[in-house]
Amino acid sequence: MTVLRAGPMLRMLVLVAGLACTQGALAQGAPTAAAAAPGTPAASDAPAPTPAPSSGVARPNAEDPALERRLQAVTKELRCMVCQNESIADSHAPLAVDMRNEIREQLKSGMSDRDVIEFMVARYGNFVRFRPPLDWTTYALWFGPALLMVIGFGVLLSQLRQRRNLVAARAMPELTAADRAALDALAAGSPNDKTGNR
Amino acid sequence: MNRAWLPLGIFVVLAVFLGIGLTLNPREVPSPLIGKPAPAFTLPTLAEPQKQFSVEDAKGKVWLLNVWASWCTPCLEEHPLIEALSKKGIPVYGLNYKDKEVAATAWLKRHGDPYRLSVVDPTGRVGIDYGVYGTPETYVIDKQGVIRFKHVGPLNPQVVERTLLPLIAKLRAS
Repeated sequence: MTVLRAGPMLRMLVLVAGLACTQGALAQGAPTAAAAAPGTPAASDAPAPTPAPSSGVARPNAEDPALERRLQAVTKELRCMVCQNESIADSHAPLAVDMRNEIREQLKSGMSDRDVIEFMVARYGNFVRFRPPLDWTTYALWFGPALLMVIGFGVLLSQLRQRRNLVAARAMPELTAADRAALDALAAGSPNDKTGNR
Repeated sequence: MNRAWLPLGIFVVLAVFLGIGLTLNPREVPSPLIGKPAPAFTLPTLAEPQKQFSVEDAKGKVWLLNVWASWCTPCLEEHPLIEALSKKGIPVYGLNYKDKEVAATAWLKRHGDPYRLSVVDPTGRVGIDYGVYGTPETYVIDKQGVIRFKHVGPLNPQVVERTLLPLIAKLRAS
């Protein structure tokens, strides 16, 4: 009996582990890739010993707060390619500083937010976007989690139902003919009851 | 009993995918520029700043564009391979990325200059056009000026032997 009971539990465990892993898988495949691998060439050159002179310092432009707000909004949508889990808005990497300056110039010159994002996508690929567009390569990313949740709830429900049936079956075992006879006797108020077995 | 295996099966499939995922390098991002014309630029050369070089000038040959800088340690790591490629007669052009002229010149003097010439991109503006995000980067550009391959990070003998050289031979033949 214990084995039978362990079955559903084990399955639940596996399911939970599976779900947890899927989250990881999506995070991995998706742009939210976890910590940068240390020692990779790109990583090691990120903190340049002598930071190259960037084309200007990214400082808040007090003259045009509206432009600055747009800059903030756009750069928050774009990934810093050097420190991949940071947006261009947040990163201090020299490349992010350059990109902010570039984007500021572009916005000043009248490009729309969308134009700017397209510009970066054309050079760095969809990976620069924190919200990748919906196409066949990203279906799993967009719908995977919901799908897995539905599957998970489905399995959970079927397990619960199964267990309930099991409990019910044990609570009310099939009566044998002898049991019925004994019950009938009890119901008839037979003196058999004197044993005190209640 | 069949149903008991289902979650296990799902788990195994996930585990395999995750296993593959772990072996991938998240820094190797496929470039959208493959198969596209190399972004145009006209930049002064490092050796003679009054002279300019543009992508057009290299048209008609299969060439490599190598993004390097004197502050970039991995660039030194791949330096012998660049030298070897250059000795093989493959034209390698350098894009000196966000560097100081003095430092760059000294670096070439000290370690050897494998480049036909290097152009300077002190602001990194051309770098953005090429989608540079980690020096060194190496681009293979064909006779028509189309980018055929991009390698991010220092070249290694494996990439050179298995990918770069066969590709260059193929592009030259076509």
